[in-house]
Amino acid sequence: MAFDDTKIENFKVVGTRVKRPDGMDKVTGKAKFGADVVAPGMLHAAVVRSPHAHARIIKIDASKAEALKGVKGVVTRADFAEGLTGGNLDVLENVMAGEKALYDGHAVAAVAATSALIARDAIKLVKVEYEVLPHVTDVDKAMKKDAPVIRAGTADKSVPLGMHENVVRYHESGHGDLEAGFAAADMVIEETFKTEATHQGYIEPHACLASMGDGNGDLWCCTQGHWNVQKLCAAMLGLEQSQLRVTASEIGGGFGGKTAVFIEPVALALSRKTNRPVKLVMSRSEVFRATGPTSSTSMDVKIGMNKEGIITAAEGTFRLQGGAFPGAPMEFTAMCAFAPYNIENVKQIGYDVLANRPKQAAYRAPGSPMAAFAVESVVNELCDKLGLDRLEVRLKNASKQGTKASFGPTWDRIGLVETLEAAQIHPHYAAPLKAGQGRGVSCGFWFNHGGETSVTLALSEDGTAQLSVGTPDIGGSRASMAQMAAEELGIPYENIRTTIADTATLGYNEVSHGSRVTYASGLATIEAARAAVKKLKGRAAAKWGIDEDAVVWEDGCAKPAGSNAGEFDPLPIEKLTAKMGSTGGPIVGHFEATPEGAGVSFATHIVDAEVDKETGHTKVVRYTVIQDAGKAINPAYVEGQFQGGAAQGIGWALNEEYIYGKDGRLQNSGFLDYRIPVASDLPMIDTVIVEVPNPGHPYGVRGVGETSICPPLAAIADAVSNAAGVQLKELPMSPQRILSALTEQARV
Amino acid sequence: MVSVNLWSGLRAFADGKDVVEVDAKNVGEVLSGLVAAYPGLEHAIEAGVSVAVDGKVIARGLTNEVKPDSEIYLLQQLKGG
Repeated sequence: MAFDDTKIENFKVVGTRVKRPDGMDKVTGKAKFGADVVAPGMLHAAVVRSPHAHARIIKIDASKAEALKGVKGVVTRADFAEGLTGGNLDVLENVMAGEKALYDGHAVAAVAATSALIARDAIKLVKVEYEVLPHVTDVDKAMKKDAPVIRAGTADKSVPLGMHENVVRYHESGHGDLEAGFAAADMVIEETFKTEATHQGYIEPHACLASMGDGNGDLWCCTQGHWNVQKLCAAMLGLEQSQLRVTASEIGGGFGGKTAVFIEPVALALSRKTNRPVKLVMSRSEVFRATGPTSSTSMDVKIGMNKEGIITAAEGTFRLQGGAFPGAPMEFTAMCAFAPYNIENVKQIGYDVLANRPKQAAYRAPGSPMAAFAVESVVNELCDKLGLDRLEVRLKNASKQGTKASFGPTWDRIGLVETLEAAQIHPHYAAPLKAGQGRGVSCGFWFNHGGETSVTLALSEDGTAQLSVGTPDIGGSRASMAQMAAEELGIPYENIRTTIADTATLGYNEVSHGSRVTYASGLATIEAARAAVKKLKGRAAAKWGIDEDAVVWEDGCAKPAGSNAGEFDPLPIEKLTAKMGSTGGPIVGHFEATPEGAGVSFATHIVDAEVDKETGHTKVVRYTVIQDAGKAINPAYVEGQFQGGAAQGIGWALNEEYIYGKDGRLQNSGFLDYRIPVASDLPMIDTVIVEVPNPGHPYGVRGVGETSICPPLAAIADAVSNAAGVQLKELPMSPQRILSALTEQARV
Repeated sequence: MVSVNLWSGLRAFADGKDVVEVDAKNVGEVLSGLVAAYPGLEHAIEAGVSVAVDGKVIARGLTNEVKPDSEIYLLQQLKGG
């Protein structure tokens, strides 16, 4: 998409730190989240979940539950559509087990009752007879010859012959001559790394209210993408998509984890069966056991470097476990791994491996943080052993416009070099460290995404505007959209109300994922506003009796383009909209497209950490995020995204992990045992916004939501390893792992 | 004709080649041309691909233009969190 009217300077609203329109409602409890929606006659639902990691379902007897007073209906797999294939079948299998329960917590039935208490009592009365099967939860063990087969026949044609049936997809890419590249190196280092699955940790559990009528229905839910929910639920229930209207509630965090459906089809099936509205709210334990964490990984990385710090060759093998279904983002892991560097000889391999765990879901730049952990750790190790500066080496090898990406294409305008140069001059990089502290650095990369987008901007008679977008606001996008509309219309930010429209109101909108919202919905908002401005100019031209091309739009007014156009007083927007009913009708701007110019994004992080070698306790004491945002529409939100990614990365690096027992059951399905960082765990996270405009957006915007979680794992591992004096190659770097590494180092 | 770079995991389905030529004027014709010339690629394309044209990653748009001298890479479909 080319832009004839690209604007990169002299912004009036864009680039300012306006107040968020949803802020007051959220801090006063007025905002309606998924569990806040109610309906007259509403039933409450609860889900029967497998207590086994892998088991054949022999029989489900719900008669006792159905006999319980207050129970109005029970659904099992038999209540969903038949004949689904491919991805839809996988989603249904995950939503409600068919022949087998594939992980601890897998849904096998659900009950609707007149109260949540009765529903919870009733699920205990549903008797499920299981044949328990061998299970596997570790990615390396799942690939071994003797591993139990989780879903036979799932592998696609990409998988090389001879691999275990749990390996279901394979990726290989790269270029050059690895052998020659490694031969040209002065030092070659090869290491193996592991990371555990981590949950997105959103504060709001999944929640929905479903109301089914005769062949149609309404669904209110917390989701990152309600058109996707509509599409999937319609398939699961055998409905026409247009007969199911889905409304997105406020969302208490998603980070990728709310791009899928889990309970929504179940609530709809129960509503259809009982002919009553049905509310279904997950407990925190259910969120951990049965929604998607990220993949766990096992990775081998080999890099060759010469004495000058040039990377001569690099090779990575990335094994990702994505639960009992295909889809672990191993191709992103592979493609992101070496993306920051211009490497002549490079190869990356990815394996998507099934295990008896919940189906992984996207988590902020899915697959990329783990790749950065492995690759950047080896780069740092090479820098140390060759006596080279970490940032100098990265600058020497940095990808830039015109160099070839490790996964093939030639880069357009990108901002990695600018983030590295900003890191070099940042006071943090030269600040002295105290005893027991270590410093780490890392780069990170994410693609960003465009996707189907539809926006409507309707002007009111008083000259204010109603902006309808279809991308749920997961990071402050209502404010950013209003800023961009205000910039184009030339009216105050406060004069625009942004609404997240339901599926009956706009054309299809892809999920709020891929850091796409400020880019794609923003682009659509700008174009919709420009369409409305064109109509405003037309009305002014008609009033003045001049050509529309002789009218310009400035500061919220139509003005003659020059003295040749005639002498007319400026016509402000409110004068034009007040008369719009009698001058041609309502003025509305639309934009519907699939923007394809999402600019990629790079970041460089600097971290200081200190380690207590007696207890293994680690504390991050200083953190700086430097990232290319293209153009920061609202710098406060951009900084918030930078800080949020770093905070989640700190949790992933130091504490968070899914812990499975020998029985294959999740041992830590609550925030007491699954420890996410709290405020007291974190330093103030400093941020530097680098702005290298994206040529694919009218203001130069690049997505910022995901890249910020790519560098932390490696940067923190670097800092902790330097502080502890031992290299840590497995996440999380919990006190036990640090003490084990120190003990092992002392033993050797 | 345009040259299309495949990720190396696809060589096995394109007679061992990692660069193939197809007659195409847009992204949609690139994909249909690949399947016509190498039916073994259909599974990968059906599973979802993005196409990088001169450095710009096209995730969906089949009508995006390609020129004889365009740099074209087939990539696995991009999305995100």
